[in-house]
This record gives sequence, structure tokens and C-alpha cells, in this order.
Amino acid sequence: MESTEPEPSDSRPEEEEEEEEEEEEEEEEEDDGALLAPKQRLAAMEDCLAKKMEITVSEAEKRTGRNAMNIQETYTAYLIETRAVESQSEGQCAPVESLWRRYSEFELLRNYLSVTYPHIVVPPLPEKRLSADNMDPDFVERRRIGLENFLLRVASHPVLCQDKIFYAFLMQEGGWKEMVNETGFQLKADSRLKALNATFRVKNPDKRFTELKHYSDELQSVISHLLRVRARVADRLYGVYKVHGNYGRVFSEWSAIEKEMGDGLQSAGHHMDVYAASIDDILEEEEHYADQLKEYLFYAEALRAVCRKHELMQYDLEMAAQDLTSKKQQCEELATGTVRTFSLKGMTSKLFGQETPEQREAKIKVLEEQIQEGEEQLKSKNLEGRDFVKSAWADIERFKEQKNHDLKEALISYAVMQISMCKKGIQVWTNAKECFSKM
Amino acid sequence: MEAEGRIPGPPLPAGGEGIDSHLAAGALGTARGPLLAAAEVLALDDEEDDLEVFSKDISLTEVNSFSPSVPISPSSMINQYKFEDGPELRDLFITVDDPESHITAIETFITYRVVTKTTRGEFDSSEYEVRRRYQDFLWLKSKLEEAHPTLIIPPLPEKFIMRGMVERFSDEFIETRRKALHKFLNRIADHPTLTFNEDFKIFLTAQAWELSSHKKQGPGLLSRMGQTVRAVASSVRGAVKNRPEMFTEMNNYMETFSQKINILDKIAHRIYKEERDYFNEMKEYGPIHTLWSASEDDIADSLKGIASCIERCCRATERRMAGLSEHLLPILHEYVLYSEILMGVLKRRDQIQGELDSKVDALVNKKDLFSEEIEKLEDKVERANNALKADWDRWKQNMHWDMRSTFTNVAENNLRYYEECLATWESFLTSQTVDLHVDEDSEDRP
Repeated sequence: MESTEPEPSDSRPEEEEEEEEEEEEEEEEEDDGALLAPKQRLAAMEDCLAKKMEITVSEAEKRTGRNAMNIQETYTAYLIETRAVESQSEGQCAPVESLWRRYSEFELLRNYLSVTYPHIVVPPLPEKRLSADNMDPDFVERRRIGLENFLLRVASHPVLCQDKIFYAFLMQEGGWKEMVNETGFQLKADSRLKALNATFRVKNPDKRFTELKHYSDELQSVISHLLRVRARVADRLYGVYKVHGNYGRVFSEWSAIEKEMGDGLQSAGHHMDVYAASIDDILEEEEHYADQLKEYLFYAEALRAVCRKHELMQYDLEMAAQDLTSKKQQCEELATGTVRTFSLKGMTSKLFGQETPEQREAKIKVLEEQIQEGEEQLKSKNLEGRDFVKSAWADIERFKEQKNHDLKEALISYAVMQISMCKKGIQVWTNAKECFSKM
Repeated sequence: MEAEGRIPGPPLPAGGEGIDSHLAAGALGTARGPLLAAAEVLALDDEEDDLEVFSKDISLTEVNSFSPSVPISPSSMINQYKFEDGPELRDLFITVDDPESHITAIETFITYRVVTKTTRGEFDSSEYEVRRRYQDFLWLKSKLEEAHPTLIIPPLPEKFIMRGMVERFSDEFIETRRKALHKFLNRIADHPTLTFNEDFKIFLTAQAWELSSHKKQGPGLLSRMGQTVRAVASSVRGAVKNRPEMFTEMNNYMETFSQKINILDKIAHRIYKEERDYFNEMKEYGPIHTLWSASEDDIADSLKGIASCIERCCRATERRMAGLSEHLLPILHEYVLYSEILMGVLKRRDQIQGELDSKVDALVNKKDLFSEEIEKLEDKVERANNALKADWDRWKQNMHWDMRSTFTNVAENNLRYYEECLATWESFLTSQTVDLHVDEDSEDRP
């Protein structure tokens, strides 16, 4: 895609300023979550950390250590390597910096990001735990790739890449955990119960978020079904290929007693061995495809998290508005002396006599203060809510486009894999046919 | 292996003396006269009549009536005889079809229609249509085995199928059996000796009641049992001590062949099963993509495209499976049966030799080694050996041809499958990259 925007500057001090400017630009052009043209979004990404820095998770290593409860444990540590991207003219390679992190630290980072940026669809981590073995080399390898992917996703995100904690995660080995905890993000986290409550009781959530929630449920369900069946299909395909491997030995033994057929059988058997062996590479490639789909399976949860946050805020707003309305009503009743609604106070005053005018005045004053506070709070909550919806929806649009692009590419790569498999099959069976016809 | 110990015989001219005399006597079927004399000289049993007179194979005829000790060269056989008789050489055409269920008070059974078309003189009519049940085929086979103990009688489909979940009277079972019965009769028709067997003719032409009454005649159970007893006795005695090298080689060959063909049969069935399991999973795989496309906008078309590709590959898999079950599986199964038949034939030859050997042993002390009885047995052994040898060569050539064509067919089957799938995915890919270009163009527009 060609960009007609001015080239972003390389120097760091101006970086933040420029990004802010661009964000403002984005906001002006936006109209309640209208789609940004891809070119503009790409330009926004130009300033992301991913463009300035090479990030890899290059190695995995088994470690033993003592955990928080002073119990010996074995875990895997991953090596994160970073290197600043120099411009071509300099011709020098910046030094590679590296540090080791374990999976739990990645988790901590992600939790921090989710809580701190609730309006962002935060990239997911690879699976938490396989039922089998965390030490299995294949699992570790795929996790390594998944973790690298996670870091690249965060580094390419226009908002997340600027986070200091994230930067420190990449660059600062010691004291990072303390740094995260000092932000106090755990206190900001919403309780599950609160969120669940809000989901059930909210009256007027933004329809788009409700639809998005349904979409993310469907996405999760269909992708997990697809992955399950794909795994079964792969298993069966493996069986078909491998069973052909039995031909080789029988043909070879049979060829020993045949005069004319011997050579043909022998060489055909060799091709059957090649055929049987070819499935291993084919299926390994398919695993990468499966992992690409799996990432979006986990993204569905991130989408739901944003929706939940909206519901929570909306519910909060509705409760605050309701509370304000009831206080206003109380105030009015006290002022006019009419009891419109049943209240315990009203009853007790009937039974035990009216309040004194002074008492009533005092109550009214308190209520009026509360009402004023409430109105201010409501205003700010309203503003917060609208801001949240606006910025969340912008990120959701960004996410949608990323998802469509990535999934389409994945589907195309699947077709490419099938084509490659067919071509290999044609080659092997052409060779086999020649051997058979010469028997 | 089978070439060892054999002296290539003189090339036999296509229209040699021997055959002229046969042909001169009219249709092949009635040329009994001149050769009966020769038969009498050699004191043959009735059983051996067909062997020399009606054989289409000239070299066989030559060997048996004129030069007993000239072995048959395989090259001459190839020159004169096509493995599956071309239409020009055939004068007997048989089809087996139209399975029908019959329900009586006692049992339920299936009959098959057997239609025979022929130009042969010894057949009263040129076309016959009869109905036969499996029992009748069994009878025919046992009669042929009786008459020609050292000839290779083609395999019959088995009584029951152990493998798989095919029910006794399911359509699949009946069709498989029908095809095998058809092949059985045609192989007999193609066999230079068996084709002129009298019981075979009766099988093809007699009405149901005629066949029943004919079945009741003949040597019957006791004689068959006698043969079996003798066969067992000779095998109990162990390897025949005077067995010619060639037959020991055949035995060794058949042992290995039998082993290998059984393994191949298992492998082929396993492949079929795996392909079927794969097919079943694939059936579920495609529709998930269609389901997903319902929730999507941008990628809906791509998803639907994938679903349709998977569906087409599914159908291609079905065709691949059908190819296996129609060609490879039946052929391998036949040769499994053949290996049993051949082992039996070799045993019977040994048994015939055993009779001679034991007679010789019995008479050796009496210094009566040149008795007529010994001579008779020696000839019997000679003829049995030659018959078997000729049939063996023929069988080997046929086997070679069958295996080559069957496995080539398997390869072609797989090629077709992969080519079809390739075309499907390639056209999908083209459609996707076209879309990509279209998208990019639309973005550049203001």
C-alpha cells in the first residue's frame, strides 16, 4: 500500500508528540467508530515499537528454582531478544539485548494491560497448559512461537506499544515484577462477580456491543469445533499415508521370488515409503495453520472482555442515574410535604408524629448536596462511558480489519498447503505407476 | 526360478502337424477318433481324455500324445496364447447376472442367471439361459478338481465373509459374489483344458432338474473321501523323496507367495478402512466452514470457497475408495484363494507321485520293476507333472499380468484423486488472489 503521508521521524523525543497528533487527527475524522482507511491506520502503525525494534523470542530453556512457597519446581524460561532497527544509511547493526522471562511473567504483563486498557482488544497469550506435558519439546516450541507472536502484536498496537511497563518487560530484567505491582493495577481490576451482575442487569447497553458479544461467542464456538475436526481429519490422513508404508517391505520380500516382476515391485515399494514419510512434514505445516486459528479463538475472549467492561460501565451509569432520580424525588417530597411514594420515613412520621421543620430543612440540605454531587458524578460517568465506547469501538474496528486480513491469509495458506500436498502425491504416484507398469 | 531345470523346447509352429489332424476332423469337439487309438496305447483313464484331445494348447497336446518328455517352453506359450483370450479366439461367452431371491419352506437362497453364447459344435444350441445357486458352483468346482487333480481350478468366492460387517444377503455381498462367480466361469472357459470338461458343459446348459439328477450320479462322496485320505497319508509321509526339483521350487515359491499375498490383502483392506475413516471425518469438516461464514462479512466468501473445495475433495476420496474396492481388493482376495488352491494342487501331485513311489517300493524286492502297473503309474505321474507345469506357467503369466494391471490401476486411481483435488484448490486460490487485487484497487480510489 502506498502512503502519501509524510515520513515519520526517527528521533525518539518527537515520537510521542507525533503520535499524539496523529491520534488527534484520528479522533477528528472519526465519527463514532467509522472505519479508518487502511492507509491511515498503517501510517499510525509506522510509529509503533514493532517498526523501531526487532523483537524475537529465540530460545527456551529448562530451569529449576524455588517458587514463592519455597518449593523446588521446574519451569521453562524464554529468551527475549531485542535490537533497535537502524536506518540503512548507517550500515551498522545495533547490539542485541536480551533477557529471560517465564510464562507467568507474560501472564502478569497481559493482566496488567487488560486492566489498564480495558477499551483495547488485548492480544491473547498462547494456551495456558496442555493436559500432557509442559516440558514436551513440541509444546515448548509452539509456545515459544506463540509468545513471540504476542509480543509482536503488542508492539504493533498503536496504543499498547507505548506502555512503559511493556517496554520495561522487554528491556529490564530485574525489578520488573515490583514495578508492575507498584502500578496498583490489581486494585483497578473489576471483580468477576460485579461483571456478571452487570451483564444480567444492564438495561440499555450499546447494541453494537451486544452484537459483538454474540459474534465473539459464535467465533469461539465455530473455531473450536473446526480445530477439533481438523485434528481428527489430520489423524485419519496420517493413518492413510502411514499404512501405505507397509507396502515397501512386502513388495521387497515378494520381489525376491519373482524374476520379471522383481525390479518393478522393489522400486514401487520405495516410492510407497516416500509417500508414507511425506505426511509428517505436511501435518507439521498444518499445525502452524491451526495455531493461527487458535489465536483468534483466544481473541474472542479478549473481545468479550471489552464488551463486559462496557456493560459494567453502562450498568454503573444506570445505577447512578437511578440513585439520583430517587434522591431528587425524596427531596421534592420533603419540600412539598407530599408523600408520593411509600417510604418507611413517611410511615414512622405518621405514627410518631411529624418532624420538626428544622429537621426537615436539614434533610433537604443534605439531599441537595448529594444531588449536586450525584449530578456531577453522573456527568463524568456519562462522559467516561461515551469516551469508552468511542475508543473501544475504534480499536474494535482496527481489530476487525486485522482479523479479516489475518484469517483470509491463513485460509489462503491452507489452500497453498493442500496444493503442495497434492503435487507431492502426484509425483509419488506417477513414479509408482511407472514402476508398476514396468513390472 | 521357474526357468531353472527346463530345456527350452523347439519352437512350435502355429499350424503344426498335430493340430492339423485335429482340425481336419471338423470342429474341435469331435476330433476324438484318431487320437483314441493313441490314448489306448498309453492306457489312459477316462479322466485324461479331455487333456489331450480338446486342448487348445498345441504344445500340451504334442507333449501328451507324441513326445512325453519334451518340456514346454514358456515363450512358445506366450506366442500362441493370450492371457485373457482375445475375442478372436473365444467361442464361448458366459455372463452371470440377475440375482434373485428364492424363499421356500426350508430355506432362503439366491440364484443367479447364467447366460451362455457359443459357436461350438458340441453344444446343441448357440444360446443357453439357466439359473444356478452357489451350491451348484461348488459342485462344479469339486467335479473339476476330481477330473483334473493337478490343474489349477479358479477360485470360487467364499461361503461366508468373515471380515467386515457385510450381511449374508446384503446387496453389496450379492454383487461381490456375482462378479466373482462370473469371473470363475469365464476363467474356466478360458482354460485350454477345463473349457471342454463335460460337467462344465452340463452346468452351463442343463435345466435345474437335469442338473440335480446328473449331480446324483458320479463317483460321489466315498471316492472323494478316498482321495482325501490318500492325500493326507502322503502328506503325513513328508516330502516326497523323488519329487523333481521344479516342484520343490514351486512349493517354496508358493509358500512365500502365499504369505506375501495374505499380507498384501490385509494391507489393502487396512488402506480401505483408513480411507473410509478419513472420508467420514472430512464430511463433517467442510460444513463447519459454511457455518462460520454465516457470522462473517469480509471472509465469508473465502470460507464458503474452502467448504466447497473440501466437499469436492470428499467426493474424490469416495471415488478413490470405490476404485480400491472394485479392483485391488477383489484381485488380491482371489490370489489369496489361488495360493490355497495351488498348495492343494502341489499336494495332489505329490500324492500321485506317492502312489507310484510306494508301488515301486512294494515291488522292488520282487524284481518286477517293469510291470505294466508301474508303467501306468509312471505315465500318470508324467502327465500330472506336465499338466501342472503347463498350468503353472499359464497361471504365473496371468498372475503377472493381473498384478501389473491392478497395481497400475491403483496408481492411476490415486493420480486421478490428487489431480482432481489439485484443480479444486488451485481454482480456489485463483479466485482469492483475484479478490485481493480487486480490494487493493478499490482502496486507491478516493
